[in-house]
Amino acid sequence: MSRIQRPLSRASRTNPLDPPAGDAPSAIEAALAGLVSPAPATLAPAVLVEVGLADAWATLPSPLGEILVAWNGRGLSAISLPVDPAAFEEHFVADHRRPLHRSAAVPPSLRRLIERRLAGDRRATVPLDLRGATDFEQAVWRKTLEIPHGEIRPYGWVAAEIGRPAAVRAVGTALGHNPIPLVVPCHRVVRSDGLLGNYSMGGPENKRRILQVEGLDPDALEAAARAGIRYVGSDTTHIVCLPTCHNARRITAAHRVAFRGLRDATAAGYRPCRACRPAGSAAA
Amino acid sequence: MARHATIPPVAVLLETMDDDELAARLAHDLDGTFEALVLTHQDRLYSVAVRLLGDARDAEEVAQDAFVRAYQALATWDAARIREVRLRAWLASIVVNLARNRRRNAADLRPPAALERLLEPGLQPAAGPRQAPEAAALHADAAREWTERLGRCPATLRAAVVLRHVDGLSYEEIAEALGRPVGTVKAQVHRGLANLRAQLEAERGAERPELTT
Repeated sequence: MSRIQRPLSRASRTNPLDPPAGDAPSAIEAALAGLVSPAPATLAPAVLVEVGLADAWATLPSPLGEILVAWNGRGLSAISLPVDPAAFEEHFVADHRRPLHRSAAVPPSLRRLIERRLAGDRRATVPLDLRGATDFEQAVWRKTLEIPHGEIRPYGWVAAEIGRPAAVRAVGTALGHNPIPLVVPCHRVVRSDGLLGNYSMGGPENKRRILQVEGLDPDALEAAARAGIRYVGSDTTHIVCLPTCHNARRITAAHRVAFRGLRDATAAGYRPCRACRPAGSAAA
Repeated sequence: MARHATIPPVAVLLETMDDDELAARLAHDLDGTFEALVLTHQDRLYSVAVRLLGDARDAEEVAQDAFVRAYQALATWDAARIREVRLRAWLASIVVNLARNRRRNAADLRPPAALERLLEPGLQPAAGPRQAPEAAALHADAAREWTERLGRCPATLRAAVVLRHVDGLSYEEIAEALGRPVGTVKAQVHRGLANLRAQLEAERGAERPELTT
């Protein structure tokens, strides 16, 4: 640090901070010049995390047990199952090209937003830092955020909803690279044949576990899919839905009509539900 | 550690980077240079904040907030404007403003001298490389006393004196940082030093009452 402007210290006293013997201005000035304190070691990392040039991480409880959560001032940047912290840091730095610092705890405001979101509160908007992802990946992840708690959608639905109906496989790849699983609920996106499919955060068993926590019955869903049931309609409203749509689940057994294809449903005079928009999944 | 793997140039750059070079690099690559800016200026901004506020934790928050605001401003400026910024004066002005607001907000909430915190491990002022513990403790006591004296200075004088004699800014830089004319700043530094001298005399008078009458 340059101190060119500072008057040269004239005093050669043992400690410039001792009260000066005389009251000469130079003695006071020398004492003041000795008041430079080194900044705490925590200052620079805190600044860099706050502006998003570095990240912090800590642990949080989740439906899958303890998870590792990384964030910076721009938002949540990564979620992982508890792995060796060194491996997590190494992975993070390789993926994001930013340093990662261990922190004692997730900031309370961010923690509350994550907890509300994981509990299904869609009004809880968790800020996400998705820098470095492609526009396509961001579109896939943001669309996935719209899938309600306790409902599932096929890959083809996501592809159609973001205007790329032919990009079903690319949607699967993008969800496989989802850096923020659980909050970006890629576990709610399933194979177009209705089977639950794979999961980036610990494999298919974890996908079943989270869906169960959200109130779904994975075995029943897959059994219905194997039986060829892709859509469910109500013979009173003549509206057809995806099976887990909250509107479909209100249909009583007596009025429930199962369809193998959307064309069958429309041919029978049913119109697609405006909440779950099943037309998208038919394209796949 | 991993951070050196991702941002290797910083340690090298710090050896040689003055403010002109920092500003030129910030204009070219804000994100790649900002850490160097923080490492170069953190001791002086923290020191100014500590002497303006008298509280280590408040000072750390203010210094941190100042850097965050600096980044946010730089992120919206074009390259020409970044190259022209006078970093020392500009960063000082941010700290002075944040410290003034914080003091104003805290004024009714608690007494100004929460100075014990300055003596927490790691927060003492630099005490020279090879001082014995007793010397370091003496130094910390002396630093606290000076911070208390500064705290008793009127705020406008305190800011001018701290920027001039703790931070070592020129009168022109202080004028820019405080948004006051150079002549006013010189007078305020002078009056601030006179205030400190008067406090010292009063303290000495109190220690040796027989000499005061």
